[in-house]
Amino acid sequence: MATLAVSEERKNYINAEYGIRSWLFTTDHKRIALLYLLSITAFFFIGGFAALLIRLELLTPAGDLLSADAYNKAFTMHGQVMVFFFLIPSIPAVLGNFLIPIMIGAKDLAFPRINLISWYIYIIAGILYIHCLVTGGVDTGWTFYPTFSTQFSNTKVIEAGLAIFISGFSSILTGLNFVVTVHRMRAPGMTWSRLPLFVWSHYATSIIMLLGTPVIAITLVLVVLERALNLGIFDPTRGGDPVLFQHLFWFYSHPAVYIMILPSMAVISEIVPCFSRKRVFGYNFVAISSIAIAAIGFVVWAHHMFVAGISLYSAIVFSFLSFLVAVPSAVKVFNWTATMYKGSVSFSTPMLYAFGFIGLFTIGGLTGLFLATLGVDVHVHDTYFVIAHFHYVMVGGAVMGYLGGMHFWWPKISGKMYPEGWGRLAALIVFIGFNLTFFPQFILGYLGMPRRYWQYPPEYQVLNVLSTAGATILAVGYLLPMVYLLWSLRYGKPAEDNPWKATGLEWTTSSPPPTFNFDETPVVTQEAYDYENMPLPEEVTLER
Amino acid sequence: MSDSPLVSDAQLDVEHHDRPELRHHFADVEQQRNAASLGMWWFLGTEIMFFGGMFCAYLIYRRWYFPEFASASRSLDLFVGSFNTVVLICSSLTVAQAVRAAQLGNRKLQVRMLLLTLVFGLAFLGIKSYEWGNKYKEHHIPTFDYNVISGEGDLIKGNEHLLGIDKVQNDPVKLRARKAEIQQHTKIFYSLYFALTGMHAIHMIVGVGIFICITWMAHKGRFTPEYHTPLEIAGLYWHFVDIVWIYLFPLLYLIDRKPTI
Repeated sequence: MATLAVSEERKNYINAEYGIRSWLFTTDHKRIALLYLLSITAFFFIGGFAALLIRLELLTPAGDLLSADAYNKAFTMHGQVMVFFFLIPSIPAVLGNFLIPIMIGAKDLAFPRINLISWYIYIIAGILYIHCLVTGGVDTGWTFYPTFSTQFSNTKVIEAGLAIFISGFSSILTGLNFVVTVHRMRAPGMTWSRLPLFVWSHYATSIIMLLGTPVIAITLVLVVLERALNLGIFDPTRGGDPVLFQHLFWFYSHPAVYIMILPSMAVISEIVPCFSRKRVFGYNFVAISSIAIAAIGFVVWAHHMFVAGISLYSAIVFSFLSFLVAVPSAVKVFNWTATMYKGSVSFSTPMLYAFGFIGLFTIGGLTGLFLATLGVDVHVHDTYFVIAHFHYVMVGGAVMGYLGGMHFWWPKISGKMYPEGWGRLAALIVFIGFNLTFFPQFILGYLGMPRRYWQYPPEYQVLNVLSTAGATILAVGYLLPMVYLLWSLRYGKPAEDNPWKATGLEWTTSSPPPTFNFDETPVVTQEAYDYENMPLPEEVTLER
Repeated sequence: MSDSPLVSDAQLDVEHHDRPELRHHFADVEQQRNAASLGMWWFLGTEIMFFGGMFCAYLIYRRWYFPEFASASRSLDLFVGSFNTVVLICSSLTVAQAVRAAQLGNRKLQVRMLLLTLVFGLAFLGIKSYEWGNKYKEHHIPTFDYNVISGEGDLIKGNEHLLGIDKVQNDPVKLRARKAEIQQHTKIFYSLYFALTGMHAIHMIVGVGIFICITWMAHKGRFTPEYHTPLEIAGLYWHFVDIVWIYLFPLLYLIDRKPTI
């Protein structure tokens, strides 16, 4: 694999065309990925701003910065923006969109125009949601539980519900595109057992998007109808059942957690073998475990409702199934660890994020088992223990994976190298800031501090101050990559086609890739992760 | 797969040049057709989940409030509903015939069958809105002057035994309470009835829109025996919407039609 000198004139997807129209009407999956990157980054900062308000309010026991109502709106905004407008589209719509066609040797996704439409749908939903925020906001929590959302809340529930309903179609169309692309667009020789694990994981994610999202869509439609027309479907005083809403809501929203974490696992499965210079341990198990997580993930939803009055017997079954989903997740963690064992591990930026992911996801996953245990759940439900648990999975897991992936493929996406020293520093700051923010919340929750309150007894203050301090460090950790990645666009040194000496078709094309990804359709003759036959990257060789 | 014959990009360019319908990122027409068809099947899968949420709600409340659901179901016009079912099945037949005509390269028959499909589709929507209009007059539309316990849309008459009214006839307090319950529980039936048939009608309207385009394309002679993918996948969608109605009809109209007493 000879490294070609990157000439300035070489045509790629970025300099192929110029002008705003060439971006807004593009059907190139790589350009659409960049459109998504810009828009989800904007939403990440909106959601982050809400998080800032929450943490500042909780700095003191008294409700001094925000009123109770404003606080309710702040955490609702934080949850809805982060879940529906950042985490769910994050890795799939940016990295997945960019990489899946290249990884399987295709020229584009199966339906390029639908891909563009899905971005527009996302933008329309986003604008509607922002409009809802600036004209008053919502205070139902991201979960929209009736009967509060349908009868008692005086905020813009209908508008927020419609915005999220619309954004769901964006996610459905992205998932549809991925599934069909993986089935129908693979290059000659790219068999299922040679697919990169990144693709396997996204395939599993897409299936959840396809089968789960329509259910929350219809659930939100029913909430909107109930609220607009005063129907009574979810109102117990009129024969309706609020728990039915919770079943329908969590039928999507629990698997949605796997929509967030599986793509992150996809990224980690690429980074770990590359920076360990070893074939991934147990390829088949890692691949199948993605599918298993997607499948079992669909039958665990009622563990969110152990105290909502469901029958004891169904609670026992759901508790058992929730334990079961830990098995394929553990398979992944063990296999990544085994991949590193006796490998030539280098501590590059993406690998630091991968280490962070594995540790934090393991904590997040194991505390999930506490919550799946019926007795413990009664004690800690709706406390900060739950908040800490799912932030370890969604932020410690999903966002770490996203950042790791952004660094790993940044040379491919932008054609520029980021400054390695700053990269490592940021990864370290994120890890420290994250733990300082969320570990105290486990203790707070165990001590009984409930979620969604804007005041608390003074004895919880020390831990809350620690958490807020951690959040500021975390914010620095998130801002740093923003700065130096943008800096690298202008000043970074040009990236080689394969700077990490990684396997995978995306590294055989130029950086950045040409519009149709490859000059000639590649033919695959090897399985993935053949690192035994790959030379070490120069940098690593020098370090030894 | 690794020993599959290699198609050079030069050959591909020839095929791309000959077949204007072949989009640049597909290797051949066959791959393009397979992708489109698989995409539509998965999309229909998402549609099943979408309607599935409402079917789930329906099943639970039907079990809880069977007498109210059965009585309200009896108020739906069986003749009109059955007639509409026949209309919709006919439209599926004409869609299948249109696809067949495209495969045979018979453009005239194709356009004729597609026009018939549009007629049947619009007829279905017309009949449905006539039915909804009647429901409005009977005060059976939730929140629009909803009333099922007296007046024109009185559901209790004829269903006294099923609804358990005969048991509380002599106790005015219990009678009033039971009537209030009937008012609320039938409202859940009608909410789901309008949500389900309304969602179905929205899908029909989208279908008619799609088929207007398809008919135009057929008229322009875009479909050949080798290439008629848009017609085929639009047909899949139409059949799906048809099948949804095939489930809706018995679930809503035929809950319990046995004569009472």
